[in-house]
Amino acid sequence: MSAVADNYEEFQKLGVEVLSVSVDSQFVHKVWNDQELSKMTGCDIPFPMISDGGGNLGKLYCVYDEAAGIDVRGRFIIDPDGVIQAMEVLTPPVGRRVTETLRQIRAFQHVRATAGGEATPSGWDRGKKTLTPGPDLVGKVWKVWSPKDEL
Amino acid sequence: MEEKKVSCTRPVSVAAQDQERAESQQASDEKVTKEVRRMSIMVGRKAPDFQAPAYHKGEFVTVKLSDYLGKWVTLCFYPGDFTFV
Repeated sequence: MSAVADNYEEFQKLGVEVLSVSVDSQFVHKVWNDQELSKMTGCDIPFPMISDGGGNLGKLYCVYDEAAGIDVRGRFIIDPDGVIQAMEVLTPPVGRRVTETLRQIRAFQHVRATAGGEATPSGWDRGKKTLTPGPDLVGKVWKVWSPKDEL
Repeated sequence: MEEKKVSCTRPVSVAAQDQERAESQQASDEKVTKEVRRMSIMVGRKAPDFQAPAYHKGEFVTVKLSDYLGKWVTLCFYPGDFTFV
């Protein structure tokens, strides 16, 4: 979560609110912030740290591991209409990549800004070419996009 | 986000649909026997609303997902505080 906190300014620039969730109590969140996270990032965690004791939210989002009694790593991008646009679920030992979350947010925001008129191909980021789906593009993607464009 | 007084009673996170059900149950004092089907999680569908206790910049608050309507939200679950990743 410290990586998200470290990139919080970029989330804010994109107009994105962050909410973190674990089964720890509010008190444990406070101590973790005070004793460790604030020392990693140089400031207090800027977003609400939700306490999900009992795992009710984890169950609601299908990320609660009943046997371990924890919420596994699940990341959901929710748009201004309250619709889930993306989700990523990982087992505990592997962390997420915050820059990939930010890239996906930029892509979903671009698609939304064009009212779905444009789509972002694999590996898209700001400044790269988008696709405009329509009858003329069927079978012709190879003319406008190459897998080499991904990197 | 409303600030909450700290007490020894531990606040709990709750799905909005369960909360509504509990409230209507209380009001009518009727036993709900019909199983309400759980919302499924799927991209392109509404994120289920919830209300939950949180710690935010020195205060204990209550967070409601639906208060964030009109904004983009990244909701991040993780295994636990003081774990290593």
